[in-house]
Amino acid sequence: MAESSAPGGYPIPITVEFTGGLELLFGNERKHKVVLPARLENGSSPNISFLLGYLVDNLMQDERKDMFIMEDSVRPGVLVLINDADWELEGEDAYELQAGDTIVFVSTLHGG
Amino acid sequence: MYQTSEIDANIARLRQQIAGTEAHLRQLKVQLSRAEQQAKEAHDLGQTYDGGHPVEWQAETLAALSQKIGSSSRLHEDGIPATTPQHSGEPLLLSSGDVSSPSSKGRWPLSTEEYRRYGRQLILHEVGLQGQLRLKSAKVLVVGVGGLGCPAAAYLAGAGVGTLGLVDGDTVEVSNLHRQILHSTNTIGIGKVDSAVDYLNGLNSLVNLIPHRAHLTPQTALEIISSYDAVLDCTDHPTSRYLISDACVLLGKPLVSASALRTEGQLMALNMPPKPPGDASGGPCYRCVFPKPPPAESVVSCGEGGIVGPVVGVMGVLQALETIKIIATGTVDRADSNGKTSEMHSKANEAPAPASPSLLLFSAFSSPPFRSVRLRLRRTNCASCSAQATITEASLTSGSLDYVAFCGVTSPLDILAPHERIGASEYSKLYRSSPHILLDVREPVHFELSSLPGAINLPWSECVAKPGEALLQDVERLTQGREDEGRDVLVVCRLGNDSQLAVAKLKQAGWQGAVKDLRGGLRAWRQEVDPDWPDY
Repeated sequence: MAESSAPGGYPIPITVEFTGGLELLFGNERKHKVVLPARLENGSSPNISFLLGYLVDNLMQDERKDMFIMEDSVRPGVLVLINDADWELEGEDAYELQAGDTIVFVSTLHGG
Repeated sequence: MYQTSEIDANIARLRQQIAGTEAHLRQLKVQLSRAEQQAKEAHDLGQTYDGGHPVEWQAETLAALSQKIGSSSRLHEDGIPATTPQHSGEPLLLSSGDVSSPSSKGRWPLSTEEYRRYGRQLILHEVGLQGQLRLKSAKVLVVGVGGLGCPAAAYLAGAGVGTLGLVDGDTVEVSNLHRQILHSTNTIGIGKVDSAVDYLNGLNSLVNLIPHRAHLTPQTALEIISSYDAVLDCTDHPTSRYLISDACVLLGKPLVSASALRTEGQLMALNMPPKPPGDASGGPCYRCVFPKPPPAESVVSCGEGGIVGPVVGVMGVLQALETIKIIATGTVDRADSNGKTSEMHSKANEAPAPASPSLLLFSAFSSPPFRSVRLRLRRTNCASCSAQATITEASLTSGSLDYVAFCGVTSPLDILAPHERIGASEYSKLYRSSPHILLDVREPVHFELSSLPGAINLPWSECVAKPGEALLQDVERLTQGREDEGRDVLVVCRLGNDSQLAVAKLKQAGWQGAVKDLRGGLRAWRQEVDPDWPDY
């Protein structure tokens, strides 16, 4: 019902979290509420790949983009978790975001 | 008369002895019959559970069972008089004193000391006698005896892991002591392994401690790890993490890996179950989760980034717990003669539990502080654990795998020309006489610990995120009212790296005036000029 009631559908509210030091690139804030458009200009639904670009353009406060993104994906050593599961279990960057999703970006730690 | 009565008394005594002996004979026959019945039941039970009662000490347990029957109260209940031979010689029944005497060797599966020491975990279903015996026969290797390895080793030794190997090439420093709980003020300067052995011996001398007083290398890793059943990665760098994971996959050892930094920690059980490379039912390895190493400049140590002691302590304790779970439940068996650890199944032909890998995230200042996430299974093209694996025992031992090159190294930053830098001794002669802006780009918490007179704090972490113009505006704002200091800037930081970046950025942004940095940072200041400068 909801899809048919609004042209392009309703915006998609999600929660984005950064941990393992990545929060330092995002104003030292761990948890962010983000609202994504239901439809992109090309008519597709926003997926993780879109989210990565969106975060770099809108949320990242650090100029060192390569501390987060390398070769159009997250840099090595960063895990992406979609609702508490490794994104590789959910279709990686092609996963289409749903309202209420929690996406966590974890930088692996090495200290001991 | 006298003689006759003496003979009569003798006859009566003999009759009494015969009656008593016949009673003993009946008791013995009852005991024998009951012992045989119990032996049969124990045997049948053993068959039913297939290994529920280890063969090697069934005999001792049966002996103990038959002794219980000999107690006098039990015989009374059965209506048979509990008579004791009055004459001298060998007692026909074991006296109660024998039953309660200190356990002789082999009589019970554990020693008197072990029952007392491990009693609190022995009475738990999750450990129990079988779990304790498995812990006792287990050989566990702790690689790295620092913030993770110290608490992990302490709990493993406390729990009665039979053999505990410790690997580390470092010596104890005073800055270790807020978190590395096996070391003490008295062992500063001593090898960490020896310091740990000293403590662990005092904690539990029943544990066989094996020191390995050097860092693990590709050449030594396989030989050292092969004689253990499970490995804990308590190291602090990607190079060792990839090496340990590769070696554990090649040798079929489960690996419990943890890490910590600042206020956060991460824990994974890897290669669990430890199947051979190419077997998709095995648990993922470190390379499955992180196929590519992180950029070297993103790797931050506890010395650089800081660490809250209990945070790394929690992670080390969790590693010990995960290892105890793996061993006590019998999920993996002891290393066989080939050095491989095989899985042990409690029932014949039962399929082992499939891998359900997870990553535990701990964030001490978040709510909730723990989060467990599902990880991927083995990667089908993994360089280490897949059918296409390129990492072999030969490539490890020959040294052809260069883990340092694989992970990259950060060479000391050197981006400024010599005339753009000033040494600590030279600066000590200038800093009072020559007017200048002194810019300290350390974090505010560093600045609060110690700063040079007149220094302005502008953290590099803020500068780096900003465009050059915004940085210039910041410096202008911070130096308002201090025009007498002129336009020349000297930048200082902790070690002399961020200060170079700040100098370069200020120059690029077009700062009007000379900009230099203090070579070697405030560490050089302490070493060359002011020995009382706080060393943190």
